[in-house]
Amino acid sequence: MILGLSRSWSLTGYLIAAVITLPLIALIVQATFPDEAVFKHLFETVLPTYIANSLLLMLLVGIGALVIAVPAAWFVARCEFPGRRYFQWLLLLPLAMPAYIVAYVYTDLLDYAGPVQRALRGFFQWSSPHDYYFPAIRSLGGAAIMLSLVLFPYIYLLARTAFMEQSSSLLHASRIMGSNPWRSFWRVALPMSRPALAVGVALVAMETAADYATVSYFAVPTLTTAVYDTWLGYGSLTAAAKLSAIMLLVIFTMVGVERFARRKQELFQKQSALSDSDRYQLTGIKSFAAWAYCSALLLFAFLLPFIILTTYAIDYFDQSWDDRFWQYSWNSLYIAVLVSLICSLLALLLMFVRRVSPRQSDSLPSRLSSTGYALPGTVLAIGVLVPLTYLDFAINDIYDWFGMRGPGLLFTGSAFAIVFALTVRFLAIAIGSLESSYKRISPSLDMASITMGQKPKQLLMRVHLPLLRKGLLAGALLVFIESMKELPAALLLRPIGFENLATYVFQFVSDEKLEHGALAAIVIVFVGLIPLIYLNRSLEHTR
Amino acid sequence: MRMVKGTAVLGLACLASSAMADDALTVYSYRQAFLVEPILEQFTQNTGIKVNVVFAKDGIAERIEREGRLSPVDVVLTSDFSRLMELVEKDLVSPVNNDVINSNIPEVYRSPKNDWYALTMRVRNVYSSKERTGKINIDYEDLAKPEYKGKICTRSGKHPYNVALVASMIAHHGEAETKTWLTGVKANLARKPQGNDRDQVLAVKEGMCDVAIGNSYYYGNMMMDENQKSWAEAVYINFPNQSNRGAHINVSGMALAKFAPSKDNAIKLMEFLTSNVAQQAYADVNMEYPVKADVKPSKLVASWGEFKADSLPIYKLAENHQAAVKLLDEVKFDL
Repeated sequence: MILGLSRSWSLTGYLIAAVITLPLIALIVQATFPDEAVFKHLFETVLPTYIANSLLLMLLVGIGALVIAVPAAWFVARCEFPGRRYFQWLLLLPLAMPAYIVAYVYTDLLDYAGPVQRALRGFFQWSSPHDYYFPAIRSLGGAAIMLSLVLFPYIYLLARTAFMEQSSSLLHASRIMGSNPWRSFWRVALPMSRPALAVGVALVAMETAADYATVSYFAVPTLTTAVYDTWLGYGSLTAAAKLSAIMLLVIFTMVGVERFARRKQELFQKQSALSDSDRYQLTGIKSFAAWAYCSALLLFAFLLPFIILTTYAIDYFDQSWDDRFWQYSWNSLYIAVLVSLICSLLALLLMFVRRVSPRQSDSLPSRLSSTGYALPGTVLAIGVLVPLTYLDFAINDIYDWFGMRGPGLLFTGSAFAIVFALTVRFLAIAIGSLESSYKRISPSLDMASITMGQKPKQLLMRVHLPLLRKGLLAGALLVFIESMKELPAALLLRPIGFENLATYVFQFVSDEKLEHGALAAIVIVFVGLIPLIYLNRSLEHTR
Repeated sequence: MRMVKGTAVLGLACLASSAMADDALTVYSYRQAFLVEPILEQFTQNTGIKVNVVFAKDGIAERIEREGRLSPVDVVLTSDFSRLMELVEKDLVSPVNNDVINSNIPEVYRSPKNDWYALTMRVRNVYSSKERTGKINIDYEDLAKPEYKGKICTRSGKHPYNVALVASMIAHHGEAETKTWLTGVKANLARKPQGNDRDQVLAVKEGMCDVAIGNSYYYGNMMMDENQKSWAEAVYINFPNQSNRGAHINVSGMALAKFAPSKDNAIKLMEFLTSNVAQQAYADVNMEYPVKADVKPSKLVASWGEFKADSLPIYKLAENHQAAVKLLDEVKFDL
């Protein structure tokens, strides 16, 4: 680009990237400290199991979510059956459900003391667990199913878009050459959507690695719970940092492998709008099967837990509807709004620099600033606390030097730590959203505005910003939902006496009485639903 | 230069004033709100001293350690003994030499250095199914015997209550023998350790297992809870090791924070927590045994009968705490 972008723009970009990557760097530094044999002990006893559990869980959830999501995406994108229009967005709803809430509800249903097993015992006259076999829900497999149920929409969303954007002519060609619909699905449609599926699976695996609440509730020890326990049980921050480093290695390797596997793939296809006539008209049993599949998915991943949650909330309404509920809702809300504003602003700056800078290297800040998404909440919390504590003490030392009483814990003792952590973790979402919006703005617009003598700032404000509005909003909304739901970082970083809806609900879950927190849980779900519906509509319109 | 420094001082002062606290006390509590809040309210009514209390399940010691000299905490309340020791080990407490407190709390229930005090005590019991097992005279050692194969339920071995029990086993039998015992108990578990102490009683009621390990006050608390009464009624409470060394007891307690900003008020609160009023509240609200000699347990708790307590001084448990955690990992108790 020929624009004279001053150094100060790129400098700002690098500064943002430096602040955002600070936790990652602090974590790695902390991991190199010696730690009095705690890590060695862990390594010799339980660590191999933790690592195996983590990997197995990521694998199972990846496969599970893929298997669930792809047929649904195909039905909705490429087939015509009753209710298709509704399922299109209904199948996104599970995304609003935190996994640990679904896990709790199903445990209540399927546990030994739950209604399902009680009914079975009553019917078959069994009297003890030795009389029959029933799979244990609180297990690795159970956790994999719960996580698959709430995470599959990531893959569904990407696969649906991929299927919709696939040129119909290729599918027509394969049909003309004698493939039946099955064969053309396997040989043409599926391979063409591989990049989208790979991104989806990687996202799901990362979310799985970050999950703390579900596995902790199910007593399935993974690296995430190990980080928490090592820090707070063994009291060793350094050993916890070492564990975190292992975990990051696993995650980055996974992302790397995914990128490497697709390095030579380039997909060329003409974008063509899908018209209704391009969809397979399903009839009879096939139509019913597609409908039944989508309905069952919706029922198990969303409706059933949601209905049970609602009945809890109604039953315990009087106990839950109090000042605390309002206070915690407000805390959740203002943190989430603040984080999404900050993320949008930073993402806009970073992407603008990347877009208009004549220097190739200026894409680095935006890429670096996206790494935070790979840091699970527990890991991130350590990375955030280490530098912020240092900063707090430095500030108070300055006060001491002036002989004054310092301000105390400005950063770690306030909501700053949570806001910072969530910004680091979710900035990638805002950046990603803007990146795809920028792709739709022709560079010739930039050139035209430069020709007309616009300065960079004017280009940003008067040309880009109006065109980016949708992408900016979509990114902000996603960051908002994620910030409402995020648990482990909030759990570890909240200032003394601070609760938000997520930590409040989780407390009830870990005390085995979600009933009392159901109202708060419903609010988390509802707040998540609104942006989802909006997002889906904007996706529909852009296609 | 002087002006620069002057401006800086002014600026810093503005910042600081916003963070400067009033004379209120700050309490970090591992103990739950339903129990602590009424007692603290009573204290505020008596003295006019406002108390900010913060509840957390884990990580209080780590937080205080990190906050260092900047920490706002005055008094820490813990729900068990190992948490007290953690504070001591990390050098986060300061001794209190107060005659009122020392006369209220017997010597066995406080640190020789007066840097921590027990407030209540409870027995780690073995609950047994009324229907299938009946009342039993059991030792902790018996839990490893083959006759209990597939019959025992417990919460995570790493929970402080279980760690303390394991630490007491190490104190009496040494590490090697305790490891064998732990391996035996693990082999006898009806299911992977999970949930809390009450869930284990529910599991007994439902027929998942026949005996469960749990603290004594839960039995009383379940009796008082409409929904859980039937759980408690399905089991007997058995005080273990009554024919030999006595039952393992654990304590909840308090400590004065090392950098407590308002020490005087903190000590006033600590005095109050050892008073008859507060001790009776602990006994009645949470069904625990008060440590103050002239305060009686609640009627319900008294109805369970007398018991013989392990005479091992509780601070001895601390010495075996780390070893206990390691043994639990070595036998993969929770996996």
